Amino acid sequence: MTVDEIKIGGLGASRRRVEDNRFIRGAGNYVDDITLPGMLHMEILRSPLAHARIKSIDVSGAWAIPGVRLVMTGEMMAARNLAWMPTLSYDTQAVLATDKVRFQGQEVVCVIADDPYIAKDGCEAVIVDYEPLPPIVNPEQSMAEGAPVIRDDKENQHDNVVFDWEVGDKDGTDRAFADADLVSDMELHYPRSHPSPIETCGSIADFDRSTSKLTVYMTTQAPHIIRAAVALVAELPEHMIRIVSPDLGGGFGNKVPVYPGYVASILASILLERPVKWIEDKTGNLISTGFGRDVYLRGQMALRKDGKILGVRMHTDSDHGAFFSDAQPSKFKIGLMHSAFACYDIPAAHLTSRGFYTNKAPGGVAYRCSFRVTEAMFFQERMVQAAADDLGMDQAEFRRVNFVRDDDFPHRTAFGFLTDSGQYGKCLDIGLEAIGYENFLKEKEEAKKNGRLLGIGISTMTEPLGAGNSREYDILGIKMFDSAELRVHMSGKAILRTGAKSQGQGHETTWAQIVAHELGIPAEDIVVEEGDTDTAPFGMGTYASRSTPVAGAAVSMVARKIRAKARKIAAHLLEVSEEDIDWELGRFFVRSSPDLGVTIQECANAAYTNMPDGMEPGLENNAYYDPPNLTWPFACYISTVEIDPLTGVWDVLHMVAVDDCGVRINPMIVEGQIMGGLTEAYAMASMQFITFDEEGNCVGSNYMDYLLPTAWETPGFELHEVVTPCPHHPIGAKGIGECATVGGPAAFVNAVMDALKGSGVRNIDMPLLPDRVHAALTEGRDISGAPPVRTDS
Amino acid sequence: MTSLFAEVAPDPSSEVSVRRITLKVNGEQRTVDVEPRLLLAHLIRQGLKLTGTHTGCDTTNCGACTVLYDGLPVKSCTMLAVQTDGHEVTTVEGLASASELHPIQEGFKDEHGLQCGFCTPGMMLSAKALLEENPDPTEDDVRWALSGNLCRCTGYQNIVKAVLWAAAKMRDQAPASDTEAEEGEAS
Repeated sequence: MTVDEIKIGGLGASRRRVEDNRFIRGAGNYVDDITLPGMLHMEILRSPLAHARIKSIDVSGAWAIPGVRLVMTGEMMAARNLAWMPTLSYDTQAVLATDKVRFQGQEVVCVIADDPYIAKDGCEAVIVDYEPLPPIVNPEQSMAEGAPVIRDDKENQHDNVVFDWEVGDKDGTDRAFADADLVSDMELHYPRSHPSPIETCGSIADFDRSTSKLTVYMTTQAPHIIRAAVALVAELPEHMIRIVSPDLGGGFGNKVPVYPGYVASILASILLERPVKWIEDKTGNLISTGFGRDVYLRGQMALRKDGKILGVRMHTDSDHGAFFSDAQPSKFKIGLMHSAFACYDIPAAHLTSRGFYTNKAPGGVAYRCSFRVTEAMFFQERMVQAAADDLGMDQAEFRRVNFVRDDDFPHRTAFGFLTDSGQYGKCLDIGLEAIGYENFLKEKEEAKKNGRLLGIGISTMTEPLGAGNSREYDILGIKMFDSAELRVHMSGKAILRTGAKSQGQGHETTWAQIVAHELGIPAEDIVVEEGDTDTAPFGMGTYASRSTPVAGAAVSMVARKIRAKARKIAAHLLEVSEEDIDWELGRFFVRSSPDLGVTIQECANAAYTNMPDGMEPGLENNAYYDPPNLTWPFACYISTVEIDPLTGVWDVLHMVAVDDCGVRINPMIVEGQIMGGLTEAYAMASMQFITFDEEGNCVGSNYMDYLLPTAWETPGFELHEVVTPCPHHPIGAKGIGECATVGGPAAFVNAVMDALKGSGVRNIDMPLLPDRVHAALTEGRDISGAPPVRTDS
Repeated sequence: MTSLFAEVAPDPSSEVSVRRITLKVNGEQRTVDVEPRLLLAHLIRQGLKLTGTHTGCDTTNCGACTVLYDGLPVKSCTMLAVQTDGHEVTTVEGLASASELHPIQEGFKDEHGLQCGFCTPGMMLSAKALLEENPDPTEDDVRWALSGNLCRCTGYQNIVKAVLWAAAKMRDQAPASDTEAEEGEAS
């Protein structure tokens, strides 16, 4: 008798989360919760200036404080060849500044002391003499003639250009524009935003002289990449480095890069032969670690009268801060920006991209998205709405006319991606129905007569999630595969380890569900472990929605290897040949005599107690999975809003989300991911951004200035689903963690812009702060949000 | 003389003035010597080894460090430890009994009200203070009561549902003489 898959917590079960058992008791184990014997504490003194030459550093005051054990400067690091470290994008980044500081918040001195209060006292006692240099806070200043060269530390770097890159078919696109009846354009700035997990970054480095082994507990989403980077920087062999990523208090891309604080704590531990803990404060996190976005996008769309899109041109200027520290696949300098317009059937497209150094914190990380996809999809959907308006066409109808049709898959996009599945029209129909589209349009017209401003915004998109395949995707040359290792014990219970690293996604729950689905072992009988490089198989970690598409696939594949071996054991136990047995969930049976069977647990027991002659004992294996393609979830987000014309405040009336992420492993967790993503989408559309004044001061360096929505402001969301299985993923799943953050913002912004339709306003840059909306409305003009901002008013 | 970071023997020349305070933590009387500048969050985490109270922002905004101070939610990252002398502090570790979870904890698990778990202890303590004052809150009441606690993973929809779930369960468990609670449950 087959087991009931939902009952054992298999595929499709909204199984309650295993990890919650410790989190709700306050028994999680985050980096700052770890205390090692003899542990010292490190604090970082940061630059108050955005661009300045360091004339001198006087650390004597710090050394004079009792309890201070070590004061480290850039000069000291340089003596050990550690003043600079490689980034994940083939650039270099200062660990501690030697020559000059290049952004406000840059690491200058580290003080290590008996407790963090003394370490902070030590930082305050350090005197740094700076000679200010002109700061650069946007690409326009960066490319201006005569602009100071920010990276004068690099040979052959004579300007502030990081890269100049293009993709697509320029000639074909030019021809499309020559044939166009109408050309529509769009220009906007996607503001700098910080992923800002509530837990900041931190590390505890513990170098053991007696074994020469370095153990680092660290807030990292990608422990194995970090181990490779540490091996490079610290010149230690890999087997002498153990990176442990314990529970993480959120990540969202912020915890992918290598940060100076990690490296400094490692050096301090090696020098002092004591464990050294570094826990960043919130300001340190917000002003120095991986930001997201900060891209200027402009483009044009070639249109035919009947609404068909003939071609698209795009250009991006991205602000990378002082160091190119994005963690992008090495082949794609502006990430997967060229995935824009992938859900539309567009014959020709061309993208040019330039990256610039500025005197701002480094980053450009994939903040809750797959490599720059958020910017791509936001621009796409803002452009689509503007084009529909220019054509005088209904915005839903315009999308429908241009969608890739269900029977057109696999579909090669104009930029060369291969999309493989989806039901775009169906998702849109469900969304329109749920929001009450036709009625709302009438209501909107009625309201207008009474001076009320209502608007509706749609955002539809498919995005590439789950890098690699290894042909195209690597970080620092390491191919973007992932892995799983499964050991089934004699009792049929099991332990699973993967190369991914949960930071709230619930892997301990969902990975067990995949094993339950493949083997029929109840999910509760499977323990999942991640994050320790000494025990986990090599993997590229969790970001860019790659866990389920890559590591999740590896979990399926390793379980299938286990099943294949168990089948041989079953044949032995049943005394028939392998060809004569069949599998049903949890059990092998004799095809001709279905009552005669053995359970997977019985096979597991026999693997240790009664294996066939000549068979290797045990029941464990591993799988390295290199996906054949990215996964392509589709989403349709629709929002209705009302603007108060007196104040510019806008309220969300209704928000509907239709997500197609293929087969859902745990529907409860999938919906949780979508709601979390929509909250961040609302945050970015309404209030959350980090900007700079003309001196390069970060405006948004703490939660009093960097506004995140609370339970009070955040609207409710109505979720719907469509399931189009991924054709190449072993269980048909696609990525989902980031769809709502990627596609959501345009739904809110398009709704506000729709409410303003006819007022002469084409664009307001995010966030749509009430004063921006009010100014646009009263002055009938576009509002740019690009820095520098005035802070004196 | 004790240092909070006690494994490190303090250098005698570094001895700083400390104050002896007595407070009740999760129902247990504790006496500790603290530096006057020590923050309550650090006393709880390092001194009392109760690491369920997290520090997120240092500026009273995120609420990850929320504890109950004489039953009222406070942000322990911007309160001095000495201020708790003679007072009662409840942390997340004081929510469950040895055998049983608090309904708020059950609600957060059942309604998927958490993901990374970092903001969760603070959220639950803010919720506890609300439900003690208002056993039958509306959705808006809950949203307002939690507006001093930030979450980045989950959003708030499931957190609000978790608190309403707990409220219903607590009303269910309330003594039969509590007619108001019964009416609330019936509606």
